[in-house]
Amino acid sequence: MLFPASKISSVARAARVVVTGAGIITAFGAGWKINAEGFRAGRVAVRPVRLFDVSRQRCRMAAEIDLTNRLPPTRLSRGDMRRLNRASRLLLLAAHEAWSQSGWTPQGALPVVLGTTSGEMCLGQEYLRQALQSPLCFKGQAARVAHYLVQQQEVNLSNALGIAGNFTTISNACASGANAIGHAWEMVREGRAENVLTGGYDALCQLTFAGFDSLQALSPSPCRPFDARRDGLSLGEGAAVLALESLGRAQGRGAEILGEIIGYGASTDTHHLTQPHPEGHAALAAMKAACASAGVTPEQIDYVNAHGTATPQNDAAEAAAINAWAGPRAATLPVSSTKAGVGHLLGAAGAVEAAVCLMALRGQWLPPQSSLDMPDPACLFPIVRRPADAKIKTALSNSFGFGGANATLIFRRWP
Amino acid sequence: MSRVFVHGQGAVSPAGWGVPALRASLEQGRPLPVQSIPRPGWEKPLPVRSVPPPPGRPAFLAHARLRRASPMTHYTVGAALEALGGDGGLVRPGAFRLGIVVCTMTGGLSYSRRFYQEVLQDPALASPLIFPETVFNAPASHLSACLGASTVNYTLVGDAGAFLQGLAVAAQWLDDGVAEACVVIGAEETDWTAADALRLFERHSVHTGGAGALYLKGQCPAAAPVELAAVTDSFPATRTLGRDEAARRMRAQLPAGAPDELLCSSESGNAAWSGWTGGRLTPKTVLGEAFAASAAWQCVAACDAIQRCQYEAANVSITGANRQTIGARFVKPGFLKTEPGLLP
Repeated sequence: MLFPASKISSVARAARVVVTGAGIITAFGAGWKINAEGFRAGRVAVRPVRLFDVSRQRCRMAAEIDLTNRLPPTRLSRGDMRRLNRASRLLLLAAHEAWSQSGWTPQGALPVVLGTTSGEMCLGQEYLRQALQSPLCFKGQAARVAHYLVQQQEVNLSNALGIAGNFTTISNACASGANAIGHAWEMVREGRAENVLTGGYDALCQLTFAGFDSLQALSPSPCRPFDARRDGLSLGEGAAVLALESLGRAQGRGAEILGEIIGYGASTDTHHLTQPHPEGHAALAAMKAACASAGVTPEQIDYVNAHGTATPQNDAAEAAAINAWAGPRAATLPVSSTKAGVGHLLGAAGAVEAAVCLMALRGQWLPPQSSLDMPDPACLFPIVRRPADAKIKTALSNSFGFGGANATLIFRRWP
Repeated sequence: MSRVFVHGQGAVSPAGWGVPALRASLEQGRPLPVQSIPRPGWEKPLPVRSVPPPPGRPAFLAHARLRRASPMTHYTVGAALEALGGDGGLVRPGAFRLGIVVCTMTGGLSYSRRFYQEVLQDPALASPLIFPETVFNAPASHLSACLGASTVNYTLVGDAGAFLQGLAVAAQWLDDGVAEACVVIGAEETDWTAADALRLFERHSVHTGGAGALYLKGQCPAAAPVELAAVTDSFPATRTLGRDEAARRMRAQLPAGAPDELLCSSESGNAAWSGWTGGRLTPKTVLGEAFAASAAWQCVAACDAIQRCQYEAANVSITGANRQTIGARFVKPGFLKTEPGLLP
């Protein structure tokens, strides 16, 4: 039952929640290892867009994935796999890696919480294009509609992994992935589930690209978060999926633990549909709420993975929020935005950046952003610019989206 | 798990603005008149049931954020404010923390279609004013701005069943203390693209738009007439779980029912409910298909019937567009004493 929820008797309320599987695909490639190498080195994967025509756009770059037709073996038939479009493939690749790593087996009631901004929008576009340009041709239209809807991506994942639990898809713009992980974390923490598969996914598509271009939010060159001369974001695509479970369950089955999620906070910025409050009030509220739920102070945070889109307003507001939240700690608190490497993954951003935090905590390094030229003096915190090893125990990740959706997650190294 | 009470309902539908208009149409039981909208390049118009204009210009439309907002946003705000009643004005001063859940399947489709049409014509000239309104969570954001609600706000995307999942999310927030009250809205808008797509799957369905809202709190004042007793698991019809079996499992999580109870169903011929002996209501046959909004109207109608003492309890059964089956149960407060299995 979703309500009243049947509390898992073996899981105490306020249970510790650990990550026992993680899957990731970005423009660096598919899989934990290649992404860890890319984020650790501060590589930049932004390049000219090839997926669709951008000749009439102001900006023409994005962090596009070289997506092959190869998919991991799952319960899907060849026909099913052929029908999967770009976003579904990204989701499946990340989910399969997390699933395999977790050692979970098919179960009838595994809850799944995902975040996305547009699901399989490329199919929605194709549907509309054909309806407008060939209005009397209906071939393929029903399939486009069916596979465009996010619930079909849920069904695909169910069929691929052999699971049939409650699926929840949160679409809170660029905070979707972080909200999804936070919601899943609450489910396990409060004893409503023993384990949850969660994450975010989004694929590049023309509508979204043209939308950000129309807002003049895109940079013509690879983005430079927190740079004094930053001029916009770079879009990216990808997915990340985490297997969350209660510490007791993970230890009971001898699972390898990749890290612990200890806090989550969410808030809403009512200032403007697309612009944050200049002082970052809601961002500050999300960070404070996450720290409160984790029982930590800014002094105990060793690294901040900022939302850092590289638009002038977003970075200024986030810098103000981090300054206010961290106080004196800001002067020595390492901060970076990994969007400098793989772009802004929208609904997948929060999930991918959660995976980056786990990588950094496990590997004991700080993810640099090599594209930074001249740090914005508004940032009272040091920005990680070069690859560096570091002793970090706790990391905080921010995700802020259109519509004022703000979410913050806090991770702790295991053990 | 705390108990959850329904403190208010709101509805914007092809029957009109407000729960009384919805109630009147459902009581009449006759399908509402069908209008048509043109589909470009096709001489055959598509059937829809449009939401009529409100009787007077609602005061909330004066809010700066709503000037360019989509019809779906207007429906969302209209239904939410009706459900919140006088409490709507208490959010901004900080009297309580309000959680917001907006559930939708197609989102702000008319602006998405318009924006992409502009992209197809010339991406360099596509309007930056339209694009932000295409984002799924734009209506939820506008509602937060209108109310001054800075607490948590989710937009859930899925088929009609997402509305019941939204109720469960709100119940969790109330239980966890994330919010002291929640408003859950199911909203959609009409557009030829959705009407055209619906026609490909259900030739006789009539596409419509609107919104329905429930206002939930954890406390039960004397005036609270309805309690949310249960939201079942959702059962997607997958390769291993057929549609009928999914529906049977959903029904198995709800009490058997009695002749003085109401079934508010999304479809009239669901085999899982073949033995149902109580009253039946299928709002879709009167109003049309509006996905998440349809599910919300079912819940609003169920709560309204209990509030008006027509029934002691009502089950809501929803089979969504991807054949996800999910159910909910509403009861008169005190009725749960006879249903110990559902007591939190």
